[in-house]
Amino acid sequence: MSILVTDTGFAPDNWAEPIVTLGVANDATALDVPSDADPATIPLCDGLQLIRVDFPSSADGRGFTIARQLRLRGFTGRLRARGHVLADQYAMARRSGFDEVEISKELAARQPEDQWRFRANWRENDYQTRLRTHKPAKA
Amino acid sequence: MYSYTDFDAAFLKERNAQFRAQVERRIDGSLTEDEFKPLRLMNGLYLQLHAYMLRVAIPYGTLNSRQMHKLADIADKWDKGYGHFTTRQNIQYNWPKLRDVPDMLDALAEVDMHAIQTSGNTIRNVTADHFAGAAADEIADPRPVAELIRQWSTDHPEFQFLPRKFKVAVTGSPNDRAVTRAHDIGLRMVTRDGEAGFEVIVGGGLGRTPMIGKVIREFLPRADLLPYLEAIVSVYNLLGRRDNKYKARIKITVHENGLDDFRARVEERFALIRPQFTGVDQQMLSAIEAEFAPPVFRDAPVTAFEDARRHYPAFRSWADTNLTEHRAAGYAIVTVSLKAHGATPGDATSAQMRLMADLAKRYGHDELRISHEQNVILPHVHKSDLPSVYSALAAAGLGTANVGLISDIIACPGMDYCALATARSIPIAQEIATRFEELKLEHDIGPLKIKISGCINACGHHHVGHIGILGLDRAGVENYQITLGGDSTEDAAIGTRAGPGFSAEDIIPAIERLVRAYLELRSEPAETFLQTYRRLGLEPFKAALYPEARANAA
Amino acid sequence: MARVFTPKVVTANALLEGDVIYQTATGWTGDLAEAEVLTDEADADLRLIEAAQQTGHVVGAYLMDVDLSTESPQPAHFREAFRARGPSNYIHGKQEVARNV
Repeated sequence: MSILVTDTGFAPDNWAEPIVTLGVANDATALDVPSDADPATIPLCDGLQLIRVDFPSSADGRGFTIARQLRLRGFTGRLRARGHVLADQYAMARRSGFDEVEISKELAARQPEDQWRFRANWRENDYQTRLRTHKPAKA
Repeated sequence: MYSYTDFDAAFLKERNAQFRAQVERRIDGSLTEDEFKPLRLMNGLYLQLHAYMLRVAIPYGTLNSRQMHKLADIADKWDKGYGHFTTRQNIQYNWPKLRDVPDMLDALAEVDMHAIQTSGNTIRNVTADHFAGAAADEIADPRPVAELIRQWSTDHPEFQFLPRKFKVAVTGSPNDRAVTRAHDIGLRMVTRDGEAGFEVIVGGGLGRTPMIGKVIREFLPRADLLPYLEAIVSVYNLLGRRDNKYKARIKITVHENGLDDFRARVEERFALIRPQFTGVDQQMLSAIEAEFAPPVFRDAPVTAFEDARRHYPAFRSWADTNLTEHRAAGYAIVTVSLKAHGATPGDATSAQMRLMADLAKRYGHDELRISHEQNVILPHVHKSDLPSVYSALAAAGLGTANVGLISDIIACPGMDYCALATARSIPIAQEIATRFEELKLEHDIGPLKIKISGCINACGHHHVGHIGILGLDRAGVENYQITLGGDSTEDAAIGTRAGPGFSAEDIIPAIERLVRAYLELRSEPAETFLQTYRRLGLEPFKAALYPEARANAA
Repeated sequence: MARVFTPKVVTANALLEGDVIYQTATGWTGDLAEAEVLTDEADADLRLIEAAQQTGHVVGAYLMDVDLSTESPQPAHFREAFRARGPSNYIHGKQEVARNV
């Protein structure tokens, strides 16, 4: 069993439906997307509820752009990062549009819950939000 | 000058707390070295040959006296009493200890400075014309835009794990002192029909495969800047190669996919991103611009300057080489040479840093700049104060009159410090400077840029040196290759390799032969080395470098 | 014919101090003269694996070639000579320590 990380900490995976590999079926409710996918061509069908983007290595940042592009294309369903994501990358994942991160037990043991919750404040101190929506603090 | 908002300060405090925790987690085993390495690099911390190295950003090369004093304090408290200014407008400390680094970062934060994104596969410290806001030839000050880009790129959630590092440079002058054509993105401030905007250059870079950047957008309206930059980096993040480190830079992405294909992808992405920017960024830019309002220049006689120039040859010599025309009447831009003959290019002791800070405070509207040529600039000095400034500098070993001359050499740290280097750079620079000082020839030689890199990554910009020197490891021995005819300006050109390399012993005489050949070949004393090279081509210089080959062929 | 194996020493940087260290039979030293010299390839590979596992103390362990023609092992390559001595522009690093002893 893998572990699901959200702002509240660790929880077991509560998604019970099958997750279909991208390209296998067009009417899936849940899609698995590899890190080399082109987000412009991922079909966003009506019934699609969850997209899971793979992070093969913590040094591979493509998933962050894939998430952002999916959100810009209008995907409002559940967006999940899965794989070698570090606690230090949790804020990046959330800010890029992911809702949650799925990690292995082994990674969860090495990077326990408190290290992830340390970044649950990802909405704060965010230059991107400030540049797009907020009023400058200093006029 | 920009001072941090409450937001900037809160961000940095949080970020430093995160890094402090990351260091502790590395030590307690929560993070492996493979996991910690990108995180420490993101905060400017390298592990080099002999020790850790902390690279501190000096955004767009601008700092005030308080910041310079803090850099000196850090050098004394946690390092060995000096710092190394780099070709990317950073300062490097060569001897920090891992456990001290969080404290060093906190000390930097006290003066609105950080080491964020000075390394790693992310958008690096944004560089700009070191004469910004002072140069007579400037269209607009590039620093407000550079500051906006700093804020946009800092901690950008999408772009912390790019295929490779990413460098952005901005210039507001048609005379390009920021080497914009050798950056991943170069921005040249331009106007069209009275509207301000940018020429956007993409895919330039030195390194293993040097390339001159290509124009991806001839005119980008000002308000489109951030979404357009975001589109470029976003396309690159997905398209850039991750299978081969040496093919991962955007210059290769653009080269392999073609500029037109790359541009089409960027424009498509831009259309998606543009609506996200509702104009708040432009309001912020206006606020930033207000902070960069020029100082109030004084109107005073310059007779003290004229008198000193007339009566003191040493002052005249320095004034003739180290001053640049200022936009304000009666003012000059002072370049303080960190290239005393025989010294390490770009190094300053803490005492020298403090002196420059104090001079900036007293005579220079509290501003200093770091140039990519590894010198320090006092951008706004009234000419009547120059004799006092010069005396103080000269007394501290900072009065060398060699800016733009043969001993004003750019050199990377090379194998004396750098883990990536294949040969040393610093001793070669020291020896060339010392040799031409002995010959008393450098003022006769005139403008000549020598740039030395200790490996193919080209931190020493050797490709764009009039004379470039690249240090390599040839079968376990240091070997130095010469390139000729490079140019870092708006007429950017990659130098041509002259031929086989030279040993560490032979490289200095080879450079001397080359320069003596130029003195023979030039049409008149005013014809520079680069002009002579462009007029005559490689052959006569090659003949001077390799006399035995010519003898054999005869 | 069997390839001649160049003698090796396991070297790395210390995690906390960052300085150059060499593996000994029982731990680590900053002095190359005290390093354990490995003359057998299989043995060298094994010692490197052991070194690389000590992630709490060392970073970036690798095998360096040494020359045994003098009394104590000398670096075979100039890069290792710089690591063993320090930079050439200042008397810093190991040469500084050596001078202060």
